[in-house]
Amino acid sequence: METATFRIWRGNADGGEFKEYSTEITDGMVVLDAVLQIQAAAANDLAVRWNCKAGKCGSCSAEVNGNPRLMCMTRMDTVPTDQPVAIEPMQTFPSIRDLVTDVSWNFTVKQGIPPFTPRPADAPDGTWRMQQRDVNRVQEFRKCIECFLCQDVCHVLRDHRKHDEFIGPRFLVYAAALEMHPLDVADRVEELAEADGIGYCNITKCCTKVCPEEITITDNAIIPLKERVVDRLYDPISKLLRMFR
Amino acid sequence: MDYQTHEHDVLVIGAGGAGLRAAIEASTAGVSVGLVCKSLLGKAHTVMAEGGMAASLGNVDDRDAWSVHFADTMRGGQYMSNARMAELHAKEAPDRVRELEAWGAVFDRTPDGRILQRNFGGHKYPRLAHVGDRTGLEMIRTLQDHGIHQGIDVHMECTVLTLLKDGERVIGAFAYDRERGRFQVFHARAVVLATGGIGKAFRITSNSWEYTGDGHALAYDAGADLIDMEFVQFHPTGMVWPPSVRGILVTEGVRGEGGVLKNKDGHRFMFDDIPDLYKNQTADNEEEGWRYTQGDKEARRPPELLTRDHVARCIVREVREGRGSEHGGVYLDIAWIKERLSNGAEYIKKKLPSMYHQFKQLASIDITAEAMEVGPTTHYVMGGVRVDADTQMSSVPGLFAAGECAGGLHGANRLGGNSLSDLLVFGKRAGEYAAIFAKEHDAGAVNTDQVDTVAQRALEPFAREGEGPYKVQQELQGRMQDLVGIVRQDGEMRQALDEIAKLRERADRVAVIGNREYNAGWHTALDLPHLMTVSEAVTRAAFERQESRGAHFREDHLGKDEAWAKVNLIIRKVGDGSMQVVHEPVPELPTELAKIVEDNR
Ligand SMILES: Cc1cc2nc3c(=O)[nH]c(=O)nc-3n(C[C@H](O)[C@H](O)[C@H](O)COP(=O)(O)OP(=O)(O)OC[C@H]3O[C@@H](n4cnc5c(N)ncnc54)[C@H](O)[C@@H]3O)c2cc1C
Ligand code: SF4
Ligand code: SF4
Ligand code: FES
Repeated sequence: METATFRIWRGNADGGEFKEYSTEITDGMVVLDAVLQIQAAAANDLAVRWNCKAGKCGSCSAEVNGNPRLMCMTRMDTVPTDQPVAIEPMQTFPSIRDLVTDVSWNFTVKQGIPPFTPRPADAPDGTWRMQQRDVNRVQEFRKCIECFLCQDVCHVLRDHRKHDEFIGPRFLVYAAALEMHPLDVADRVEELAEADGIGYCNITKCCTKVCPEEITITDNAIIPLKERVVDRLYDPISKLLRMFR
Repeated sequence: MDYQTHEHDVLVIGAGGAGLRAAIEASTAGVSVGLVCKSLLGKAHTVMAEGGMAASLGNVDDRDAWSVHFADTMRGGQYMSNARMAELHAKEAPDRVRELEAWGAVFDRTPDGRILQRNFGGHKYPRLAHVGDRTGLEMIRTLQDHGIHQGIDVHMECTVLTLLKDGERVIGAFAYDRERGRFQVFHARAVVLATGGIGKAFRITSNSWEYTGDGHALAYDAGADLIDMEFVQFHPTGMVWPPSVRGILVTEGVRGEGGVLKNKDGHRFMFDDIPDLYKNQTADNEEEGWRYTQGDKEARRPPELLTRDHVARCIVREVREGRGSEHGGVYLDIAWIKERLSNGAEYIKKKLPSMYHQFKQLASIDITAEAMEVGPTTHYVMGGVRVDADTQMSSVPGLFAAGECAGGLHGANRLGGNSLSDLLVFGKRAGEYAAIFAKEHDAGAVNTDQVDTVAQRALEPFAREGEGPYKVQQELQGRMQDLVGIVRQDGEMRQALDEIAKLRERADRVAVIGNREYNAGWHTALDLPHLMTVSEAVTRAAFERQESRGAHFREDHLGKDEAWAKVNLIIRKVGDGSMQVVHEPVPELPTELAKIVEDNR
């Protein structure tokens, strides 16, 4: 059996430091297993979020050797262990303790987006008709497990701290799921441009790269939303753009 | 001591499908609602549900009707279910599913644009509304995104330690927030428990750290009856390899889409033993089974889609008799459908995307090319707080329960897909009747002595020296797995009771390090008493029931016993604080329901 060393960030909003722990690595183990093993043996009070251990709940987000990852879906055999493995909390959100961050901002942002508003039912029994091909895109967006890794990696939030002006890729995906929902009749275009700050996104695609659900955040959600904004609010420019296509 | 106090008309404990649905309903009824949960919003167990939710919409096969769903549920539960609950569930599930669509859920579609339904074990017709294999995510997100606009006060990462009583009535709850470890008093006119299950009492489980049976134990300690606690569902297909993923669920949807079970000799052993109750509904050859999964209405279902208790036992038999897979399971093969479908690999990825992902990433297996290794895993508890079928009120006034922590609907064995629909149907009812109760009653008085005592006890582990909580938890899980697992017998369960008593003493003495801020060790220490209570309840009830029925299998009492068919076991705390097992007659079926059962034999 192999032993690996981990440097886990321990601390809270007032500051902290990396502490070293060693634990045994067995076949097929993921980073979260190692962290929980350390917690059970050497650091009972280590703070870490997790629930499903299968990439379904989006609780165990952290930065493993600087890469934003779900710890439960990161196999130890993909992480080099000749050096200590560094595990830190997401950097875009304030620290609560150890690997746990304060993600409440995300819940506040979502509340501000106008909710789903369906058109009247299609059939007398109160139901609707939708074709599978018309919902495929929305279903892609609805795979989101709210791990907030995309928020963590987006430079507008991470480096420029525009939390008050930009809702971030997760909520652009959320807005896109509502805007492209075949039944929804609400209009969110003006908000996207103003309150939601879609203009801050300069399409670096970092969010798409980290999304564990493989949602094509930038191409499928953000760019079409930007086009709607442009079409509606800056029409002459959009005409120009189309001319050059 | 210092507490923060919150006033609500209705307090809902738990934010899975049942809790969210209850909170939405209560709030719609015009009362103020507080919702507390141990994790963040949207992370409850419900998010993990894969296969779908059962409702006789009849979109794929219009022969389906509530009466057939009712009869299937009763048969699946080996006629131990509360028939009134099974009736309400079957009748109301379709409306609850359609309501989700009205709130924004996007289910997979039929060719004519309606909600698609898939086959699942024990359901006669394709009945499970689904979204690929992530139905629970769709459900919890829909309820969450709808709920946040209803004016509900959500208290996330807050764990309830005890229920508060004023005389006979429950009037609130006492909790701590995980972030800072501050104590919270929730004062309410009615309380709804929606805390989910008890899977963390066992070593191999599909359940998360949250499943420590809190709601069951809180209700029990408040004097409420628990029912059917001997019935714990071991899902036949959990992952078995590598060791770190052992227990993680492999959805029954794999078998619904045509996946087959084989032993190490490549033999489809499920054809070897088909129970009499299901003989005339089950295919007797592979060809017919395949046609069923492809929607042929004349065909009968393949034996892989028999009820979970039976499939799990067949797997145990194969492994015990030396025909298991390399790592002690059996093989589940969906890749074979490529022989029948030219686009087989694509089909698998479209229908079972998260299974494809899960095996690829966690086990380095491509399920479109290779078989999976699977074996039983602790999954669901049929038993729970005994409630009135219509109102979901427990035997204690002002205390309601819904979802997995309530008992009665599923009897001796739950059918797949019947939980998600249960959450919606009875979550709604619990919210509705809790709101009525709240309107009809004033706020009771909080007993500050009770609160102080609980708070003091909760802080004691910090002052102690000695063993930590994880070791005790792991030992309990090991003992329950080995002694009260899928195959049970008298002597082992006696031993289990002894050991639980000793572990309970150790649990009362555990020490924790660090401070009150988000301290996982402390939280685990505080969960331990609940885990002990539910472990003891399961063991006592299982020890008492001297027959094999549904999920409860006794190798010293093989087969069903007619006398036991008429008995539900009730667990109750008596005056001296000890746990009592009481026999109660299974309620008689009213004639019209009895006729439905007969017509569907
Ligand atoms: C992997 C998996 C797949 C499944 N697939 C299906 C399926 O396809 N179809 C189906 O019908 N069923 C399925 N099930 C079963 C079903 O998902 C669960 O039974 C159901 O989601 C339970 O819902 P609930 O609302 O009762 O509880 P949960 O969703 O578990 O929610 C419990 C809530 O209570 C809170 N809580 C618990 N204790 C406390 C406390 N002390 N204080 C405060 N809050 C507390 C938790 O934090 C959580 O918010 C599956 C289960 C698993 C594990
Ligand atoms: S593409 Fe836009 S949203 Fe995504 S990371 Fe880059 S700037 Fe942020
Ligand atoms: S879009 Fe992807 S990365 Fe962002 S929160 Fe959702 S699942 Fe996570
Ligand atoms: S624990 Fe659920 S995504 Fe990692």
